[in-house]
Amino acid sequence: MRNNSVIGWLLATPLSLVLLVFLVAPIAMIIVVSFWGATEWSIYPAFQFDNYQFLLTSDVTYRVFLNTFKYAAMTWVFTLLIGFTVAYYLAFHIRSLTWQIVLFLLCTIPFLTSNIIRMISWIPFLGRNGIANSTLISMGVIDEPLEWLLFSDFSVILAFVHLYTLFMVVPIFNTMMRIDKSLIEAAADAGATGWQTLWHVIIPLTKPGIMIGTIFVVALVMGDFITVRFMSGSQSANVGRMIQNDIGLLQYPSASATAVILLITVLLLIGTLLRFVDIRKEL
Amino acid sequence: MTTISKVRYSRRSLLKSGGAAVAAAALPAPMVWGQETKNITLRQFGTGVSNLNEVAKKVKEDLGFTLEMTALDSDSVTQRAATQPDSFDIADIEYWICKKVWPTGNLQAMDTSKIANYDKIVGIFRNGKLTPESVIAQGTAPHTVGFTSGVNGTDFVDEESGYMTLIPTIYNADTLGIRPDLIGRPINNWSELLNPEFAGKASILDISSIGIMDMAMVVESMGEYTYPDKGNMTKEEIDMTLGIFTEAKKAGQFRAFWKSFDESVNLMASGEVVIQSMWSPAITAVRSQGIPCVYQPLEEGYRSWGGGIGLSASLSGMELDAAYEYINWYLSGWVGGFLMRQGYYSAVPETSKTFMSNDEWGFWFEGKAAQGDIANPFGDVMEKAGAVRDGGSFYDRMGAVACWNAVMDENQYMVRKWNEFIAA
Repeated sequence: MRNNSVIGWLLATPLSLVLLVFLVAPIAMIIVVSFWGATEWSIYPAFQFDNYQFLLTSDVTYRVFLNTFKYAAMTWVFTLLIGFTVAYYLAFHIRSLTWQIVLFLLCTIPFLTSNIIRMISWIPFLGRNGIANSTLISMGVIDEPLEWLLFSDFSVILAFVHLYTLFMVVPIFNTMMRIDKSLIEAAADAGATGWQTLWHVIIPLTKPGIMIGTIFVVALVMGDFITVRFMSGSQSANVGRMIQNDIGLLQYPSASATAVILLITVLLLIGTLLRFVDIRKEL
Repeated sequence: MTTISKVRYSRRSLLKSGGAAVAAAALPAPMVWGQETKNITLRQFGTGVSNLNEVAKKVKEDLGFTLEMTALDSDSVTQRAATQPDSFDIADIEYWICKKVWPTGNLQAMDTSKIANYDKIVGIFRNGKLTPESVIAQGTAPHTVGFTSGVNGTDFVDEESGYMTLIPTIYNADTLGIRPDLIGRPINNWSELLNPEFAGKASILDISSIGIMDMAMVVESMGEYTYPDKGNMTKEEIDMTLGIFTEAKKAGQFRAFWKSFDESVNLMASGEVVIQSMWSPAITAVRSQGIPCVYQPLEEGYRSWGGGIGLSASLSGMELDAAYEYINWYLSGWVGGFLMRQGYYSAVPETSKTFMSNDEWGFWFEGKAAQGDIANPFGDVMEKAGAVRDGGSFYDRMGAVACWNAVMDENQYMVRKWNEFIAA
């Protein structure tokens, strides 16, 4: 018995060490630095609340956080709808396993290129004289180019949805594949319509997958800075850009404070999500 | 490469035969350390403008050692110079960055007596005056942060002390770039940037230290306010300036903001933007795509900037000698000609002249009409015969500088306000 507990501790040690060095220590460092002070070119150890005070009393912070939530929420809605539909089609409408795998791999092909390239390729497409506008004009749908296609919230969310839908498809598809097909037959036998089966059988059983996908998408969008910068033409801000600006200007303590607040926000969010679904069942 | 090994060989053989004096006379400067030179690598980093692979290649040919180049944006350059002094040997930075970085002691002062062409460096970098009659413009004028008190100085001094913080290499007078074909009327003032006529088609750069100066030019031109010193605004002036631009941003004046050179080129070339802050080679990049683009001289004058080479404090011994060799080579003309054919100016224009054709010199420096095709250093034809440089000659352009890129006393406040402007 005693021997077992020693072995247990030993087995847990490597992972604990890795987590300690690469996860706990950096976060601890960020928290420590968030209380430091900064001049224009250097940072100095201190214990002051200036960074937090400036952050939490500036209405810009609230606007930026609100904007970040807006991006996260809208991206979540679209990736969920698209991701769920794609996964549903793959899991229930494609009968042979081979085709399921082939089509699933097809979904991942765009992800073999850099996500920066995938994002930037939207810019010439959506521009004032871009393909989208010139096509619409030549079709007679519009007379003037649509200005809001590029460098707007629309283009930011479009890029996010494009970039992150796969993170929704994969976990949802994974859970759907585990649903016992006899449950669906039973629902049909009991007289349920297709929609009823979807709503009362498939969605509840897919929840853990939806939740994992949600965590991926929300965490990715909340932490992003480069998509917002390029697709909004630097005109919109989210928390990631705020941190990036601070780092660019050597304001590490202020950047750390923002990062800490963001971390707390995301943890609260995910904590709340996990209350709804027992994700462990899935893992 | 081959020339160096040959020279070394002959020098050795001469030494062996006791002809040291002859050798020293026949083989001056760059060969002093012979063999070892080849193993020296100097790491240079800086903004994209002068970090060119062609320069590194030419250094290898002419001086024998290796120059590693890293190009970063202005913010990253500042950050690296201030926080990672051991990550570079040579910092190719702008003067306003120098004002921020110099007090950290990460760079070492350079002894001007070791700079062969020091006396030929233009006045802007020495006493601040282009010609004896010139008035010194507002902002961080290069000469104000160009000298320090001694080898280990971390201060700035006003006079030519013999110790330079940066050796000036490159500078220019910036103004607004426009698409004349899409605007269709003359543009003469900075205030046009906020003209509602160009709503949704204007842009400004998102680098606070430079952007704020463009803004100040616009605000003065609009007649809203005249700054006692644009280069050193008070908090109220910063609030007022950014307030005007925030209002314009909310009204949809701007299509986008840009941070890197290529972004500005794309915005202009694609027609997303018809008027914006721009840098000279970006204009030529747009033009070489066959798209009309003018670097519009404006009545209120130019916003100017200057860059130079600084040495890392940790450079010593043979590397330090190599770095001086590099600086002397830099000012000896080849690079100057290379940069001037892109529309920049060299700190020692007269040495560059020998590396340019008469026509090129006339076009780029003297503001004369081109006699034949004018090509950039990469061989692309940029201007046909008869073309005249936007803004005219060196003295016309550099003589009309209204302000320099600056770092203000209230810089931290300005930066925070700038971030709010971007987030607004």
